[in-house]
Amino acid sequence: MGDYLIYTDAAKCIACHSCEVACKAKNNVPEGATLGKIVVLGPRLINGQPRMSSLFVPCFHCEDAWCMNACPVDAIRKRNEDGLVYILQELCVGCKACILACPWHIPQWDADAGKAMKCDLCMDRIDEGQEPACVAACPTNALQFGEPAQLSHKAREEYGLSLLKRNPAK
Amino acid sequence: MRKKIYTLCFMCSVRCPIAVVVEDDKIVSIEGNPHVPAMKGVCPKGAAAVGWLNDPQRVRSPMIRTGPRGSGQWKKVSWDEALDYTADRCKEIFAKYGSKSAVYCERVNLVTDISKTFLKAIGSPNYFSHDTICKGSVNTACRTVIGYTDGQISADWSNARHVILYGRNVFESMEVKATNALLDAMAKGAKVTSVDPRVSITAAKSDQYMMIRPGTDLALNYALMHVIIKEHLYDVKYVNRWVEGFDKLSAFVDPYTPEWAETETGIPAKDIIRLAREASQAKPAVIFHYGYRASHHPTEIYFRRSLIMLNALMGSIESPGGIFIKKGPKDAGLKAGIRKFSEQQFPAMEETRRFDGCGEEKFPIADTAHGVGAMFPSAVLNEDPYPIKVLFAFRFDPLYSNFDFQQSLRALKKLDLIVSCDINFGGTTSLADVILPESLFLERSDPLQMGAGLKPAVNRRIACVRPGFDTKPMWWILKQLAQRMGVGEYFPYETIEDIWNYQLADMGIPIADFEQKGFVSLSDKAIWWDREDGIKFKTPSGKIEFVSSLLEDNGFPSFPPYEALETPEDRFRLIVGRCVAHTNVMTQNNLYLNELVPENTLWINEKRAEALGIKDGERVEIESDTGKGQIRAFVTDMIHPEAVFMLHGFGHQEPESRRSYQRGVADAMIQDPIMDKVGGSPALDHTLVRVKKAV
Repeated sequence: MGDYLIYTDAAKCIACHSCEVACKAKNNVPEGATLGKIVVLGPRLINGQPRMSSLFVPCFHCEDAWCMNACPVDAIRKRNEDGLVYILQELCVGCKACILACPWHIPQWDADAGKAMKCDLCMDRIDEGQEPACVAACPTNALQFGEPAQLSHKAREEYGLSLLKRNPAK
Repeated sequence: MRKKIYTLCFMCSVRCPIAVVVEDDKIVSIEGNPHVPAMKGVCPKGAAAVGWLNDPQRVRSPMIRTGPRGSGQWKKVSWDEALDYTADRCKEIFAKYGSKSAVYCERVNLVTDISKTFLKAIGSPNYFSHDTICKGSVNTACRTVIGYTDGQISADWSNARHVILYGRNVFESMEVKATNALLDAMAKGAKVTSVDPRVSITAAKSDQYMMIRPGTDLALNYALMHVIIKEHLYDVKYVNRWVEGFDKLSAFVDPYTPEWAETETGIPAKDIIRLAREASQAKPAVIFHYGYRASHHPTEIYFRRSLIMLNALMGSIESPGGIFIKKGPKDAGLKAGIRKFSEQQFPAMEETRRFDGCGEEKFPIADTAHGVGAMFPSAVLNEDPYPIKVLFAFRFDPLYSNFDFQQSLRALKKLDLIVSCDINFGGTTSLADVILPESLFLERSDPLQMGAGLKPAVNRRIACVRPGFDTKPMWWILKQLAQRMGVGEYFPYETIEDIWNYQLADMGIPIADFEQKGFVSLSDKAIWWDREDGIKFKTPSGKIEFVSSLLEDNGFPSFPPYEALETPEDRFRLIVGRCVAHTNVMTQNNLYLNELVPENTLWINEKRAEALGIKDGERVEIESDTGKGQIRAFVTDMIHPEAVFMLHGFGHQEPESRRSYQRGVADAMIQDPIMDKVGGSPALDHTLVRVKKAV
């Protein structure tokens, strides 16, 4: 995901889909297309008790991006500074090679424009020091945006502190 | 230039505080107001608000109907023409039938004070709100026990240690602040128990789920009380200090054992006993949540009363982590609150009897501030107590909200004049004679809101962008109408600033104080009354009345015997509810929300479906004594075999709203006209239906 990561805290996610809607509203995504997608498993009954879980799937902004390699007109570019992969709309010829090449078919088809479109992690917002629209809209902080190292530090700190609180030193 | 505006959402009635970033009169983003810590983001409805801004399917200008009602034939007119037409027709009708022939209904909102001013000015006693249909009995029940309405209390989710929800779908009704407060409590170890015939998202996030037989929640509660009293699990000191009628309750619940409740509810007696004990261990930080959008049956008032009484037994009313009474400006040390237009002196009304009998013989204890909206169709059709000729339907759609759609439709068609104020073409709007389109909440400023709570505050909605179409705010529309009807003097304002200054006149808060955060706090810290001696219950006794003077003085018993509920083997009980994507019947045509949840399905238990030969995704016919419809089946093990479930608000028939047109089935089409005659709510979960494969 370039230099960034979006982490889903399934305990906090209530599958409200604000992330998807905010993404669509911000990026003018046409009906049927979804740039960032919240994937929800459940609710389903396990031993009589309902359970559910969820994971947000935006574009992964791969290091060696299949979509970029497949684009015949070099409309897909990668930013040097942070590795975000994006489509230059004016160059896209609508061949859909990127959609087919991506192992998860993450680039979307904009039928109105006759062009492909994809999640650029709201790089305009990132450049303004803000989180992507999906993360900013999440009403429960179930989505967290950051750099992998930073998220890892935070998660480990939280885990460690919870252990320490449970077993304080004498 | 880019700016951040703090305002209040109105995609649903919660009115979450939001921050809207605007550039060149365009919305860049809508996020939670960062000055309110629990407003971490927005719900999908809030995120989808921009889908309405330039939507060509909205009501884009004032309209006058030119064809038969519901034909979709309209003439686009100017505001002057629409307002003159409305006022002239009203004057003509009032000359013959009196102004009492007008009924005004609305979704309670920031302009409600001005709506009530309008009715008082024209001289009609006839008002009802969305609240009466959604939660009339919750309101009445709360008043019988503690003297406050449900709107005057709330839950201190974040400090709770055990929360018990009866179909209360916290995570799909989605007040952002409450959602986070409950999630935070859960992260701190609070336990959540969900009691529901159907698995909602809230049930799925709960620690324990109890699948209850539909309509038997009251039996569960009587058994819980039985155990709590028998095992002395209640807060003795609190009960002794505050409760009137404890002995009567003890004697009353004595026969309602957990074993008895097991046969009625299907919940094992041992689980009922365990729940009583677990709740008691967490007391007083326990919430037996009292309401909303579930278990609406003819005895609803007694079910809601039992919930408030369970809180009282836990000592949780006015305790951190329990239920609290909302505090207002006077509790925060101010001399006065917001000044109301509706408290001016008005001429005496010619007729004070109401169309719905609310506060009178028919519904002596229902709340007159909201009326009994379920009575509207029969009052019109039977001209009881007198002819009703005019309906003002302002941001509320009684056609799809009430039971028995066809009856409502006949009533609406009988009216001489329907005036609708709406954002888009809803059911009642599409039948109107004249439409006075309101601007979207992002396009208008509104009167200030007194936000009562543990920390009372005054909140402001302010326009973020200019209206994209020829629409107006409702406070402007009502003044214009009033002026044309000769009663403009009760609307002493020209601009929204005039309204704000009028409202704040006694509070000493300058309007500029709202710029920084969008609200003005009246208290830095949470205001709790002293649990030992300082709780101001508003009942006649000043106590928690298990034996209710409000009920008994009006001829209703406090403890009527439990009536067992039978569901014939070939029927199902239709229960309804909501999802996070939609607000009642209002948002189904929104660009983004329609895509998210475009239609409803019929949840049916897999074993019952198999016996009927119904497969998942197949079209089925659902039929009650009142009506029928075709809908896709969702075959699942996540619903009680006696129940079928559908989302409220679908099955729209308005051709102007093309996205939601004929998608799914309207629950109103199926629901029988049955009511809680004490509390005043329609019994929206009580209808028996047959289900079969569609042919």
